[in-house]
Amino acid sequence: MGIVKVRKNYHQARWDEPMIMEMSTPGVRGIIPPEPEAEIVDAVGDVAGALPEGTRRKSPPALPEVDQKRVLSHFLHLSQETLGSNLCADLSQGTCTMKYNPRINEDLANDPHFAYMHPWQDDETMQGILHMYWTFEQILKEVSGMDRFTLQPGGGAHAVFTAASIIRAYHRDRGELEQRDEVVTTMFSHPCDAASPHTAGFKIVTLMPKEDGYPDLDALKAVVGPHTAAVHITNPEDTGIYNPIIDQFVEVVHDAGGVCYNDQANGNVLLGIARTRDAGFDLCHFNVHKTFGTPHGGSGPGTGAMGCRDEFAKYLPYPTVEKDEKTGKYYLDYDRPESIGKIKGFLGSAGVVLRAYAWAVMMGPDGLRETAEMSALNNNYFLKMLEKVPDVYYPYAEGHRRLEEARCSWIKLTEKTGVGTDDILRRVGDFGLQHYWSSHHPWVVPEPMTLEPCETFSIEDLEEYAQVLEIIAKEAYDDPEMVKNAPHKCAVHKRAAEEELDDPDKWATTWKAYQRKHGKK
Amino acid sequence: MKKLGLIVNPIAGMGGKCGLKGTDGIEILERARKLGAEPEAPDRATAALRRIVPLKDDVEIVTVSGDMGESEARALSFEPTVIYTTDHSTTTSEDTRRAAKAMAAAGVDLILFAGGDGTARDIFSAVGDGPICLGIPAGCKIHSGVYGINPRTAGELAAMYLQDKIFDTAHAEVMDIDEDAFRAGRVSAELFGYLTVPRDPVRVQGGKAGRAQKDEHALDAIAFYLMDNMEPETVYILGTGSTLFGIKQRLGVEGTLLGVDVTRGRELIGKDVTERQILDLLGPEGGDKAKIVVTVIGGQGYIFGRGNQQLSPRVIERVGRENIIVVAAKAKIAALGGKPLLVDTGSEEINEELSGYMRVVTGYSEQIAVRVAS
Repeated sequence: MGIVKVRKNYHQARWDEPMIMEMSTPGVRGIIPPEPEAEIVDAVGDVAGALPEGTRRKSPPALPEVDQKRVLSHFLHLSQETLGSNLCADLSQGTCTMKYNPRINEDLANDPHFAYMHPWQDDETMQGILHMYWTFEQILKEVSGMDRFTLQPGGGAHAVFTAASIIRAYHRDRGELEQRDEVVTTMFSHPCDAASPHTAGFKIVTLMPKEDGYPDLDALKAVVGPHTAAVHITNPEDTGIYNPIIDQFVEVVHDAGGVCYNDQANGNVLLGIARTRDAGFDLCHFNVHKTFGTPHGGSGPGTGAMGCRDEFAKYLPYPTVEKDEKTGKYYLDYDRPESIGKIKGFLGSAGVVLRAYAWAVMMGPDGLRETAEMSALNNNYFLKMLEKVPDVYYPYAEGHRRLEEARCSWIKLTEKTGVGTDDILRRVGDFGLQHYWSSHHPWVVPEPMTLEPCETFSIEDLEEYAQVLEIIAKEAYDDPEMVKNAPHKCAVHKRAAEEELDDPDKWATTWKAYQRKHGKK
Repeated sequence: MKKLGLIVNPIAGMGGKCGLKGTDGIEILERARKLGAEPEAPDRATAALRRIVPLKDDVEIVTVSGDMGESEARALSFEPTVIYTTDHSTTTSEDTRRAAKAMAAAGVDLILFAGGDGTARDIFSAVGDGPICLGIPAGCKIHSGVYGINPRTAGELAAMYLQDKIFDTAHAEVMDIDEDAFRAGRVSAELFGYLTVPRDPVRVQGGKAGRAQKDEHALDAIAFYLMDNMEPETVYILGTGSTLFGIKQRLGVEGTLLGVDVTRGRELIGKDVTERQILDLLGPEGGDKAKIVVTVIGGQGYIFGRGNQQLSPRVIERVGRENIIVVAAKAKIAALGGKPLLVDTGSEEINEELSGYMRVVTGYSEQIAVRVAS
C-alpha cells in the first residue's frame, strides 16, 4: 500500500465572500468596448430598431457592476470554498458514481473544431459529430441489448420523464391510457422513478422492501393489474442489493399488460456483466455522467441516454441520428410523426456525449467489464475496511453482499452518543474530504450513510476515508460536541436552521427572490 | 426569563432491569427493590439537565421537592423554585399529576419530565395537549413519541426550545401498554392521547426519517387528494389521531382529535361517535356506501385496535376492506423500518381479512403498498 495521509491539520479557505450582486458599484464596468467606427455604424444601421418592439427591454438588465479583477477573485474564492472530485476522494457520494473523469476528454471537448460548431450547421458539415453520436448509440445498444437510444435527455430524471412520456404514448395508441394510470416503483429505487412518471401524469405506487431487505414480489403481485401502466425500478437498489428475481418482477408486470423500465443511471456494476434486455425490460437509461465517466459538472450538463426495444422506438424524441447505408452519410431525422416530440434543444449536451464516447472507446469492451468487476470489488473491500469503525452496519439484507455501493447505518452510534449521521458527514469535511451522501428522504435506513467507492479509487483512497470515519466514530464517544458542532475547518459552518432548506418561504434561487423573502428590499 | 418545569419520576425504569417490564404500582416497585433495582431516572434527568446549564442565567427551573427534580437541579447548582412538595418518601403517579397541573397553572414554557410511558400518561391526564412537554427517556416502556432519543438529546432539544432556536411544535402520541398483560406475554399498547412537543425530527424518537417533508405539507397533499376524490353521497368514517385531525381541519369538518367523526361527503353527520352510532348512521347492509379513513400509529404500525376501538369488527365488515383508506405521511411509513402494519380488532376473522397488502395514501396520487399483519 502507498502513503495514506489523513489530513488532521487541514483547513479550508474561508473568504466571507459577499454575493456578487452585493459587490455591485453603479457605473463600474469590467470591459469598456471601443465605440465602433463610423463606417461600420453606417453599414450595420439601427441594430436595436431591427428587434421587434415586444422583445426590446424597457430598462437595462439588473446586472452586477464589478470590475474584471474583482470578478476573477470572487469566483476564485468561491472555487476554493468547494470540495470537488479533482480535490479529494469523493468515493462517499453513494448513488452518484463519482468516478475519475479523464482530463484528456476535457481537451477533446474544448478543441475548437468541436467546441465552435454551430448548432444550425447543415448535417453535411457535421458528419464527425453525427458519426460519434451514431457510434456511441451502437455501444449503448451492445451493453444493454436494446434496439435504439436517444441521447437527448439532459439527465437521469429527464430520461425517466422521456420514458414515462413514451409509455403514455404507447398505452394511448392501444386505447388503454385512461385505464392504465399507475406506475409502480420501489422504496429503494431512485426517487425520480416516482417523481418523473408523476409529473407525466401517472399515479405512483411505491413498494416497501420485504423484512429481509429484498424487493417484495408478493407486494408487486398485490398492486399490479389492469391499472398498471409500468414499473420503474432501479437494480441494484440504493442499498447496493441486486434484485435476484428481477426477471420475475418483469414477468408479473408484462402478464398484466404493463411496461418495464429499468433505471440504470448508475449501471457501473452491470457493464459487460448483465444486459437489461436479457432480464426482459422494455426501456432503460444510463446516466453518462455516472456510468460513462463524464463530469457531473455541478447539476449539469449531463446526459441520460435512454434506450428501448423496437416496439417503442417510433416514439423516441426527435431528432434521431441515422446512417444512410447507401451513402454512408449520417443525418438528423426530424420526420418522426409518432415521436413524443422535442425534449431538448439541438443535439442535447453534445460536449457530454463526446466525453462519454471517448471514455467508452478508451475503455473498450474488456475495460467496461473490468469497470463492473472493480467497482464491486472496491466496494466490498471498503466494507471490509469499515468493520474497524465502531457501530457501522448495513441493515436490510444484513450480511448479504452488496454490489457497487452500500447504505450503512449509524443508528447504533446515535443511540449511544447522540451523534447522528448529519453530524458525522459534516465532520468529514474537516479532514479535507468530501462529506458523504446520507440518503434520499425520508430515511428508510435510520441515520444512513451511502458510500460508493467506484473503480477508479485506489486502495489508499479507501484507507484514508475509512480512517477518517474511524476517527470520527471514536470522537463521537470521547468528544461528541466536536462532531455535533462540525465542521470547524471548512468554508461553511453548521447550518443553524436545517429545516429552512425545505421551506418555500425561505429558500431563494435568485437574487430577486432572496431580497423579497428575506426582507432585504 | 424563561420558565422550565422539571418533573423526575425517580422510580421510573426500576422494573426494567429485573425483568418486571415496568414499575407501575407500589407492589411492583417493592418487588423491583427486592430484586436489587437501583433508581436510574435521577441520573438520566441530570444528563439532560446538564445541557441546560449554559442557560442558567436565562432560565428559571420550577420543580418538585426532593428527588422529583429539586435534588437533580441543585446538584448542577441551579436554584430551583419548588412549586409542589411531596409529603411521602415514595412518590406516586398522583404526585406527577399534581406537579404537572401546578406547572401548567404557573405558565411554564416547557415541562421537561424524566420517566416512561406511565409518566407521560400521568402528565397527559393532568394537562392534556396544552402546555409544551418533552420527555427524558428513563422508563422501561418507551412507546410514546414524546421522548428525546436519549437523555442528552432531550436536554439539547429543551435548550434549543428555550432559546427559541426551535419554535415549531407537533402532537406526539402518548402510548402505554397494559403492564399486567405484558408480563403475561401479550403486548397491547393503547393510544391515550397527544402531548405537544417541540418539533425536531432528528432529536425526538419515532421521527427518525431524515429531512423529510413537513407534516403540514404531507397533510395538505393527502387532504387535497381525498377532497378531489370524495363522493358527495358516500359516508366517510374519519378515524382518530393527529393525522386525521389535520385532514378533518383541511376538509372543513369540525371533528375531534381523539374521536371518530362521520361525514356524508364533506358534511359532518356524527361527532365523536360510538360503535353503535356509527352502525346506526350506516344503516342496514346494502345501504349507503361508506368508507373508513384511518392512519398509522407512528413507530408501531397499528391501523385498527389502538385508540379507535369504535371502528369495531362489525363496522369494518359493514364497510368492507376495499373501502378502507389508510393515510400517512411518507416519513411515518419509512420510520416503520420495513415492519408491517398491524391490526387488532378483537375478531380473528376480521384481522385475517385485513391482512395482506394495503395501499397507504401518502400524497397526491401517491401511495405506498405495505403489508398488513394480523
